[in-house]
Amino acid sequence: MDYDPEGRSDQEETLIKLENVSKTYTDGTEAVKDLAMEISEGEFCVFLGPSGCGKTTSMKMINRLIPLTSGKISIDGVDTMKLDTNELRRGIGYAIQNIGLFPHQTVEENICTVPRLLKWPKPKQHARAQELLHLVGMDPDIFLRRYPSELSGGQQQRVGVARCLGADPPILLMDEPFGAIDPITRGRLQDEFLKIQAKIKKTIAFVTHDINEAIKMGDTIALMREGVLAQYADPAELLRAPKDEFVRDFIGADRVLKGLRLLRAKNVMKKPPFLVNVGEDPMQVKRRMEEAGLRWSMLVESGDHFLGWITCEDLDPSRLIRDVITPPSVTATPDTPINEALSLMLSSAIGTLAILDDDKRLVGVLSFDVIRDVLSEDVGLEPPCEKVST
Amino acid sequence: MLEWHSVMWVQAWNYAVKYPDKICGWVLQHLYIVLVANAAAAVLGVLIGIYVSGKGRERIAETVIYFASVMMTVPSLALFGILMGILYALSLPSIGFLPVVIALTLYGLLPIIRNTHTAIREVDPAMIEAGRGMGMSELQILGRVKLPLAVPVIMAGLRQAMVMNIGIAAIGSYIGAGGLGQPIFRGLANYRKDLIVVGAVFVSLLAIVVDFVMGGVEWITTPKGVRIRRRR
Repeated sequence: MDYDPEGRSDQEETLIKLENVSKTYTDGTEAVKDLAMEISEGEFCVFLGPSGCGKTTSMKMINRLIPLTSGKISIDGVDTMKLDTNELRRGIGYAIQNIGLFPHQTVEENICTVPRLLKWPKPKQHARAQELLHLVGMDPDIFLRRYPSELSGGQQQRVGVARCLGADPPILLMDEPFGAIDPITRGRLQDEFLKIQAKIKKTIAFVTHDINEAIKMGDTIALMREGVLAQYADPAELLRAPKDEFVRDFIGADRVLKGLRLLRAKNVMKKPPFLVNVGEDPMQVKRRMEEAGLRWSMLVESGDHFLGWITCEDLDPSRLIRDVITPPSVTATPDTPINEALSLMLSSAIGTLAILDDDKRLVGVLSFDVIRDVLSEDVGLEPPCEKVST
Repeated sequence: MLEWHSVMWVQAWNYAVKYPDKICGWVLQHLYIVLVANAAAAVLGVLIGIYVSGKGRERIAETVIYFASVMMTVPSLALFGILMGILYALSLPSIGFLPVVIALTLYGLLPIIRNTHTAIREVDPAMIEAGRGMGMSELQILGRVKLPLAVPVIMAGLRQAMVMNIGIAAIGSYIGAGGLGQPIFRGLANYRKDLIVVGAVFVSLLAIVVDFVMGGVEWITTPKGVRIRRRR
């Protein structure tokens, strides 16, 4: 059950280190109390907790948007207090909840905010803007000259991500970056961002109050409560072994279902049991399927290019196999989380989901039986590394 | 009665046809006074507006705007009188162009300071936080984020100040500054209704034209991305 092998970074070196960090506001509120934690290089660390728990304060102290009252934060061994604030911030990508794109600047100018502050030469800025728009899946030819008001919410969010990557900083701070977006777009943006992160491997401090988002996105979760770190662990550990009552309550009663999020289709999918090639004789196929006791099978072309489903009853000597095909209404990718795959399956007529890779090649299938097996094994409540079952 | 009116308008029309050069001179003089005064008011007003909109200067802002409002309530003739006294004491020219320009500058300050202050204070805090979080200095935040976003509102203040000052400048002729107040006061003194009408009509026309032109300037100086948002 190796849920995200690339993302793990236990052996990496500590990049951000918080030592006994406290923040007391002038009105006497203790937002953060004696916080100590380490974020490794390449780690996607999610600060999670109810509002007012100090998660945003903790994150903002990293780039000194909020000055610390006591304690020490060091990045790569250097005390942040010893650096010039503006230089420190230019070296750290920053994305905020309301996106905060500058409405009077084009997409290109927005993306190049930090490169411009760092006085990069113009051609380099332009090339960087193009590269980043490509990375977030937008066409530079169309969008570089647009203004934020001409973009949809999802596009603005993508530009926001591109902007925080502007000068290729090793660290990103993200304050509920997907908070202000409708749930469907949010899910897609999360997936896209995970793909991007797999490529760029930044060290990320990500604030959210959404436990599902935290489990989906984080390599580690720092769950906070009233300014104190309640538990700092990877998502599986958090679900399996909540440290105390507060953590258990915050995670909620549906821990098993949440555990499904930790698994990707590629971790549990089975090999397609019975493949039919497009050129085969219908009656022969029908006989073989009846022998095997199968109601359906999968039709492929040139080895593994998935075309659709065929059922036994539809096979008829007078018709070509190609003509009796049921096109797939839904498919999933190897990276689809199991909970999403489950809801896709519920909407599919056959109750079985074809898993296709980016080139539309068939790599496996998921059925209810597989998911039931997984659920009965108490998904996610065991350490992920012990359950590799591909 | 009807006849009396028509006579007045016909006389005014005849005058305008006969002495276009005079009217042109008054208009230009008038415009010159207003432009000089408002240029000064714009520079001062925007600087003061920026200063008082700074962090922790809420009290200063209140006081400054209060005084600027009080200034607006001083009748123009009284203000001219006060300025004449002060300028005389400083042995500067106490009648004519200088006191009027100073008075108009003072009158123009309020709308400009108030609009600059409001516009800067109302810039979305998310913009400012984004700028700060990406490592902009306070000056860069002002120049690259706050001011471009505040420009439309500041320009609206300037427009208001200019139109208002065109009216007040007419009174400036009373202390010898020239401009379109001249035919009006001369008409009043000599019971020449045609002169009064000529002055009044041209002051009004000037105000309307300037308002229109400033509307265009406001549009041009509004950043394109903000304009698009407005249109939607």
